[in-house]
Formats: sequence, structure tokens, C-alpha cells
Amino acid sequence: MADGLLATAGFGGDARAAFSTLLRVGRLSLPYRASLALMLVGNLLAASAGLALPHLLGEAVDQLSRPGQGPASLVRLAMLLAAAVAARGLFQMLASFSGERVGQLVARDLRLAYFDALQRLGHGFHDAIDPGDLITRGMLDIEGVRGFIEMGVQRLLQITLLTTAGAVVLVAADPVMAVATLACVPLIAWRAGRMGLQLRIAWTRLQREMAVLTRVMEENLHGSRVVRAFSATAHELSRFDAASGRALALSDDRIRVRARAMASINASFYAAMLAVLGVGAWRIEAGMLTLGELTLCLAFMTVLQLPVRQMSMVMNSAARAVSSGQRVFDILDRSPVVDDTEATQQLPAQDWALVFDRVRFRHAADGPWVLDDISFTLSPGRTLGIVGASGSGKSTIAALAARLYDPDAGRVTLGGIDLRDASLSAVRGTVHVVQQDLFLFDDAARRNIDYARPDIGQAAVRDAAAVAQLDDHVARLPEGYDTRVGERGSALSGGQRQRMTIARGLIADPRILILDDATSALDSATEAAFRDALVARDPGRSTILISHRLTSLAHADEILVLDRGRIVERGTHRQLVERGGRYAALDRHQRGIVGPVAEAAE
Amino acid sequence: MSAVQDPREAAFALYQGPILPRLRPFARLHRRLLLAAVVAILASTATQLAFPSLLRSATDALTGKAGALSMPAVLTVFVIAIIANAAANLASDILAARFAQRLIFDLRRAMFAHLQQLPMSFIDRTHVGRVMSRLQGDVNALQEFLETSIIAVGDFVLLVGIAIVLLLLDWQLALVCLTLLPGLAIVRALWLPRARRTFARAREWSSIVNGALAENIAGVRVVIGTRREAENLRRFAQLAETNRIAQTEASLAAQTMTPIVDTLTGLAMMGTVAGGAWLLGRGIIDLGVLVAFIFYVQRFFDPIRTVAQQYTMLQRATTAAQRIFEVLDAPVTLSDRPDAIDPGGIEPSIVFENVSFGYRPDRPVLHGVDLAIAPHESVALVGPTGSGKSSIAALVRRLYEVDDGAVQIGGHDVRDLTDAALGRIIATVLQEPYLFTSTVAENIRYARTEASDAAVIEAARAVGADAFIRALPQGYATLLDRSGRNLSLGERQLISFARALVADPAILILDEATASIDSLAEAKIQAAMRVLLKGRTSIVIAHRLTTVRDCDRIVVLKDGRIAEQGAPAELLEQGGLYADLHRRAGASFDELAV
Repeated sequence: MADGLLATAGFGGDARAAFSTLLRVGRLSLPYRASLALMLVGNLLAASAGLALPHLLGEAVDQLSRPGQGPASLVRLAMLLAAAVAARGLFQMLASFSGERVGQLVARDLRLAYFDALQRLGHGFHDAIDPGDLITRGMLDIEGVRGFIEMGVQRLLQITLLTTAGAVVLVAADPVMAVATLACVPLIAWRAGRMGLQLRIAWTRLQREMAVLTRVMEENLHGSRVVRAFSATAHELSRFDAASGRALALSDDRIRVRARAMASINASFYAAMLAVLGVGAWRIEAGMLTLGELTLCLAFMTVLQLPVRQMSMVMNSAARAVSSGQRVFDILDRSPVVDDTEATQQLPAQDWALVFDRVRFRHAADGPWVLDDISFTLSPGRTLGIVGASGSGKSTIAALAARLYDPDAGRVTLGGIDLRDASLSAVRGTVHVVQQDLFLFDDAARRNIDYARPDIGQAAVRDAAAVAQLDDHVARLPEGYDTRVGERGSALSGGQRQRMTIARGLIADPRILILDDATSALDSATEAAFRDALVARDPGRSTILISHRLTSLAHADEILVLDRGRIVERGTHRQLVERGGRYAALDRHQRGIVGPVAEAAE
Repeated sequence: MSAVQDPREAAFALYQGPILPRLRPFARLHRRLLLAAVVAILASTATQLAFPSLLRSATDALTGKAGALSMPAVLTVFVIAIIANAAANLASDILAARFAQRLIFDLRRAMFAHLQQLPMSFIDRTHVGRVMSRLQGDVNALQEFLETSIIAVGDFVLLVGIAIVLLLLDWQLALVCLTLLPGLAIVRALWLPRARRTFARAREWSSIVNGALAENIAGVRVVIGTRREAENLRRFAQLAETNRIAQTEASLAAQTMTPIVDTLTGLAMMGTVAGGAWLLGRGIIDLGVLVAFIFYVQRFFDPIRTVAQQYTMLQRATTAAQRIFEVLDAPVTLSDRPDAIDPGGIEPSIVFENVSFGYRPDRPVLHGVDLAIAPHESVALVGPTGSGKSSIAALVRRLYEVDDGAVQIGGHDVRDLTDAALGRIIATVLQEPYLFTSTVAENIRYARTEASDAAVIEAARAVGADAFIRALPQGYATLLDRSGRNLSLGERQLISFARALVADPAILILDEATASIDSLAEAKIQAAMRVLLKGRTSIVIAHRLTTVRDCDRIVVLKDGRIAEQGAPAELLEQGGLYADLHRRAGASFDELAV
């Protein structure tokens, strides 16, 4: 009904979407019936106590204007007045506190659902979205939704209760005066609703421009070396000023929308008071009304005044809840592309051969094939090398092996079981990818290594670090394995960070270890030592090595040369060098033998 | 707030000083707007105060008091008051919010401009996300506070106005109400210390929860790869629940004020009615005054009611403002000397004279380095990680200040040259090609915005980037994003080469510019490099053999000292580190065995 009202007021179809988002926000609070009931009862009692106020005041004025009344009844009235106001405060507190409690409960639920959704949504989703945006949604947007539940809902309820109950009381007392008193309410509600929608539009525009400003600042900070290298500060400031100026202009729009609406809402309120006064005066002179009854109507309006004044806050919070709610629900409503199927099969404990069978994959249905007709078998204890230009699909093979994506055609099997039929958890426990981009948590070195098995113990941590050729270094740090690592200015060099991510991968003892360009910063000697330690620790483990550096791959049992998603050459290092193709040319180039690599690569 | 600082924010010195004096210079810029806003707020308060008085006049008219205004006259004044109130309201809302907005935007600009001046060593120690949270989050918190405090100021002015009007109407009755104010002050003084602790705890927990969320987002790939989802959700649920309890306690503390204020309002009303009746009975006041009193008293306590809300906001704003001033207070240690010159064209020679340098005083990186590079010579710097290659490049551009010795360009100490001059003479290409969200053409002319389209295309063609740029959907007008998803790494690096070519510097520094390029794309990059280096003095930092062997001279660094130098062929004969590396075919210099 309300959205119909909004639509007829000329707000278009956007109102419907906005309203359904608000409803959904409201529904989040339904599980907390007890608190909601307390909020409702509190509001009801506060409204009743609030409405007693005009009555008592009217009564007092009537008694005072009739000389000769005894003081005893007046003192009783005065005490009732004090009691009513105090009771209103108490019930208001109950109502507000219950409302805020529900708001916090909903915020917690949303936070957990959001956290859960982000973990479930997987690589494809996270590749395409800016992490800063995700953080903003989790911080500010959830707060925006909460703000509406605890304040918007609360005040809307308050004003509705006050006007309906007030209407009943007033109509019973004097219908004409009731009309004069309450005529402003629908007008104010309509104006406030319109302001809400206008504010939403203004906010959306402003947020868009603020996002540009954020981007300008962020790029400037990330690229501060480039900015400084070219002395481009003046240019950067002009970029900032342009974006900032546009945002400021839009912000002025928002201020104007709110100020105009509030001015007209206030004016309607006082106009209603004027009407009450005018009509009341006329009726008093006609002998149909007492001065006390007029005071009752006027006092009733004063009770309404604070909620009316807070209307802009309510509308602001509703507008924010709509845009914030949409941004949060947008994430919650996505279903993971890769998900556990119903028929989950056990992975075999012994034979964990990894087979790619004519696999094709692309990121978008109309995009180019990232992998095209990829087939290989990796038997237990063997090593597969993959080499190719960036963008040739090397990392995608790793992602498919750990089922971070599903193939579009063909299949990936582990011990004969299609990965789609096994549980995600089993697959990722068997296959571990050490990623190219290093990420360390801002925590102790120990916590970074035992991340997959937090309860595994010091010995296993040092063991994994030793295989990754890192134990000596970490043990020598001032605080040893308790040294904080992560972010900038850490105690580790690039190569050491890389080895720490390798140790983290080893801790869970995966059957298949994939090193996606994860040894690039290791010198040859360290790399060889790592390789030996890896084999010595578990000869049965299979390894996929992805690298640009052919020396890293030379010992592999099979090497695949990828180009634009296809396998163009395959074989052992010796076979490939003898063949004299692309791999051989690359080998000559890397050995420093000047040769026509470019021609060979075409 | 606590004076304990997050160690990860240690780049900023803690600021705990007062806020308002610091805001004054910013406010002064919009003095007229502020003045107009103050006038409008006063006008709006005055018109609001008029309404209960008009009710008094109406009562007087209705009770037929002698000398009262007639009812139509009262109603006419009422209409005028409505119009005046609406106009004053509109003006005060708009002017005050605009003032707050401008203050905020100016503050943000001051921070941004200041960040441009800060030395590179400062930027290195900060995390972009954390600086951004000051530029956005803290600025927003302050904005929210300023906007609501304008309403609060209006409320306070109203409170004072009501008190004055009450005293004027009847001082005896006014005193009955005003005696309650000290009671309120006492209650607030009792409430504040307890509430402050709960509020601080709530803020702390909120930042803990947000921090945990942010870290899980940043490391989500690791979380998925190590199957930590369930464990992390369990831990996060604990944090979220503790946070919820802390927030709920804070809300209870804030709400306690409501019944207290309302009880006081009730007592004031009781006093008004009882006292008013007594005064009325003795003929000291008339009914009109009493009615006006009743309506004034109802509004009197409204401002006090929002005090708890204001208080939390004030706390947040104070912390936010302090964090903003910490950015503004970060010292600019590297600026142009007052007598710095821009010599125009100079001979592009580079001399390091006994240069010592460290990013931190206790960890020197370079130890007394002497190095002379002749005009148009190309010198390769090689050596293991941490040997000081990049530091030498950064010192030439004066991104840092030497601790000892001097760096000279064309015979001038770099400290005697303006930053603008250095920027024109020297261009740097970094390992990670950094592209801005803008068109290809704008990115290429980044260093010289006035460069013509023809110059842009010529540069792109020279480095072999023209063909792939033209193949893009909108050619040179194609929008790039920072992550550069629409281009390969090699292509992005070629664009940054073209950018350096358009800058046409006399001295060029390639800081690991080929390190991220895979070998298959390297050939193209090397061809482009030869174009780029022609006719310039250059420093090439690389850890690949293939990149450095074309240079005139190779300087091998180890532990911040020059270990050996000479033409590539000479070094091979000497049989030192370089020759050793050359023997281990394909290896990189990166973690060169010690």
C-alpha cells in the first residue's frame, strides 16, 4: 500500500524496489520477537503517558480559568503530570533500548552471514571485486541497516502510535478540532516520504562521485612513486580538486533537499497550530469549546513536535538503509559458482592420480577460452612442470585442480572421482596451491605457518619451515617464531615471504602440491635444497611447478608448454630442448645465449 | 580514548591536543558563511521562541484581558511568524551544513596535499588502506559530528533563549524551573564517567570486529586454500557476539539519560502548574503567562535529551580529528631549499660522493658509495636483495635524503635543485608498471600533460606499443583501470616505457623494469629498452643477465658497497661475482649466494 502511495506521489518504480528493500530490512528483526514485543509495548505505554500530558494540562488550564476551585485537586493534577512525564521517560527508555538491542542482534546476524558469504563465494567472485568495496559494505553498510532498525523503525512506530491514539482521543473530544489538529499529519508524512526518495537519489549521486574521489586518492597513494618520479603533484592536485569540486556540488544538492523539506515540514506544523488556534478561538467565542480543551489540542501538537523534528533523521536513515541494504543483500544473494553437490563421493585414500581430461574453461560465457583441450595425468610422486607466457592459462590449471573453478567442458578427476562429485573440503585438503601473490596475516610467524592446522604444535611448524628452507632464518629472528610478519616493514624479504607461504602450504600435508610461480624469488641453490627436502619428507607427494624459469622445471617428469590456453609442446626437459622448438629457444635465451627468441616465440 | 597507539600506525606521531584551535584556520576561510549561519540560527531561535508567546497573546485575547491584542491580530502575527520561521530555518540549515561541508572538504584537501609533500620514507612505512581510512572514515565521522552539532548548537541557543524569556515573563515561576538545572548537572556528572568507559569499550570492539573482517577479506584466497572457513567463522562469531554485547551495554548507558531528563521535565511541569496556580490565585500573573510557561517548559528539556547521543558522536569526532591532525602534522623533511635552483639544461652526469644512507638510522643500507656516471653512459646495478640498488636510484631522484656524502647531477648537489627540475631531468620506470584509471593516451602523457596526440603515438610506436593499443576497443581512448585487467603485464610495462619516452628525460632510471615480465615477453621489452636508453644517461637495475649485458658498465653491489665494476666482458674475465653468476646459467642475482 505504502509503495502505491509513493508511486502515485510521482516517484516511479524505484520506490517499489526501495520499499521492498526496507521491508526486507525490517523482516531481519522478526526472529527477535520478545525484544520487538518489548519495544512495541514500551512505545505504546510511552505514547499513552505522552498523551495524558495534553489532557492533564488542558484540565489544569480549565480549572485555573474557573476561579474558586480548591487547590487540592490542582496539586493532585500537578503530581499526576509529573508522574506521567516520568513514566513516559521510563517507557521510552524501555522502547529505545529494546529497539537498539534488536538492531545490534540484526547487525551481528548480518555480519556473520556476510562473513560466511564472502568465504563461500570463492575466487571467481573475489577476482572481480575490489576488496576495499567489500570492506566498506561490511563496515558502513551493515551499520546503515542497523541504524534504520534501531532508530527509523522506532521513531516511525512512535509517530504512528502518537497520531493514531491522539486521533482517537481528539475525535472523541471534539471532531472539528481533531481535524484541524491532525490535518497536517498526512501532509507531513507525504513531504517526509518525498524527502526520503529525493535524499536517496542525492545520496546515490554523491556516493558515486565520492567513489571517484576515493579512487583518485587511492591511486595517488598506491602510485606515489610514479607521482614523485614525474613531479606530478600539481597534476594530481588538479585531479583531486576536480573530483572534490563535483562531490561538493552534489553534497550541496543533498543539503538543499533536506533543508527545503524540513523547512516546509516545520511550516506545515506551525500552520496546523495556527489553524487550531483560529478554529479554537472561533469555537470558544461560540461557546462550543473551553480554553482548557484548546490547550489540550495545542499541547498535543507540542508532543508531536519532537518526532516531527526528527523526521529528517528517520528519512535519512531510511534512505541510507535502502542503499546500504541493497549493497549487503547483493552479496548475500549470490550463490557460489563452485559448490558442494548432493552426491558427494569419498576420495580414495591411496590412488590420488590427478587427471585433466580434455578440459576447457573460460571466465565468461561469451569470453575467449582460457584453457582449451588440456589433458594430462599426474601420478603419485611425480612432478609436472608448466611454462608459458603470462595469460597463457598456467594459473587457471592450478585453480581447476583445487576446484576453485569448475571446467566448462571435459573433466578433472582425482583418483578417478570427478572433482564435482567430491566435497570441496576433501579436494582442497588433497590439493594445495601456493599462490603467486603473497599474503601473510598480520600475526606471528608461527600463526602464519600453522594457519591450516592451528593446533598442530611447534615441532610440525618448524618441520614445515625447514622443508621450505626458512627455519634457520625465523629461528634467528629476535622473537623467533613469535615475530610478527605481514604488511610492509616486516622482518622478511620477498624470498622469505615466499618460503613462508610454501611452509603454510606444507603444514596440512597435501597429497598434491602446486607451486604457482612460488619460487621465483629463490636463488637456484635454495630452490634445489627445497626440492630435495620436499622429496625427502614425502616421496609420494605429487607436485605441479609453474614457473618462468626453466631451471626450476628441468627435473620435472613432464613439462607442458602453454600458449593462449593450449598445450603447444610437451615432454621432458631433454626432449623439449632436442626438439628445438619454443622451449628450446626460451632455454637458449635464459642461458644468455643470444638468439632470435622473438622470432621463435611468434 | 586511550593513548595507546596501534603499532601499525606508528608512522604517525600521536596527536592528543585540543581540536578547536586547530580547526580555526580552516573555519576562517569561510568566515562569512559562518557568520551568516550564526545569524540565521539566532533568527530561527527567535522565531521559535515567538510561538508560545503568541499562544499567551491568544489566551489573553480569549480571556478578554484588558489591553490584549485582538484575535485576528494575533493570528496575523502568527502567519508572519510562520513565514519568518520557515525562511530562517531554511537559511540556517543550508548555511550551517554548507559551512560544515566546506570545512570538511578543505581538511581532506589539506591532508591530500600534505601527503604529496611527505618524504617517500614516510609513505613506505604507512599502509595505503590505513591512510585512506583517515582520508575517508575519519573525515566522514567529523562531518557527521559537525552537521549534528549545528543542530545541537541551535538547541542550546534555544535553551538559553527559553530561560531568558521565562525570566522576563515571570522571574519567580522561572526560578522554579531553573532550580532543576543544577540537579541535571549533578546527574550528568555521575553518569558520564561510567558511560564514557562503556562507550570506549564499544568503540574498541567495533574496530576489532571490522579489523577481523578486513583481514579475512584481504586473505580470502589463503582462507579458502587452507580450508579455514569454518574455523574463521567460529572465531568471527565470537568477536561479533562480544561486540554486540559491548554495543548493547553502551546503548543502555546512553538510554539511562532519557527517564532522568523526563523526570526532571515532569518535576518542572509540576512546579509550573502548582506554582502558577498559587501565583495566579494571588493575581501576580495572568492565565496567558501560565499557558506560555507550560509550552516553553515542554521544549526546555528537548536539547538535553539528545546529550548522550551527542556525547558519543563527540568522542568519535575527537578521535577522528586527532587522526586527521596526525596526518597534517607529519613532518615534511624533504622540501626545496629556499635557494634551490632550476638550472634548465644541464650535463646529465651523476656523481655519488662517499654516500651513506639508511631507511632507518639503525640500519644503514649504503656505506660510503663512490660512483661516477658519465653523460650518456648506461650503468647496470646488480646484486642480491637488500644490497642497495634501489636505494641508489631513489637517491638520484632525491626521494630520500643521504645521511652522509652527496649526490650530484651535472655538478649540482641534488639538494640545491628544485624538485620540479629533478622531475624534468630524471624519469623512473618501476618494476610494477603503475597505470592510472584514465585513457591510454592520458597515461602516456602523464609526465607531460601538454604533450600532443602525435607525440603520444610516436612514443608508443617507438617502444612497440602502438599495434596493441590500436587493437584495443577504443584505441588510445580506451579506459584503463589500475589493476589493468584489459592488458597483460608486458603491455602495461610498454605503456609505462612510452610514458617515460614522452617525458624525454636526460637521465633515465629503470628500476627492475623487466623483473615482472616473463621471459617470453622479454624480447619485446628489451627492444623497447634499447630505444628508451638511446642518447640518455641511464641506470638499469635488474636481476637478470639478459637485461644488463647490453649496458656500458656493470656495477655489482653487495651489502651496500660496490663489490666490483667494469664492462661486462671485463667482469667475465675477472672471474668475480658476476662471472660466477654468469656460469650458473639462467639464475637471477636476487638471492645471490653470499
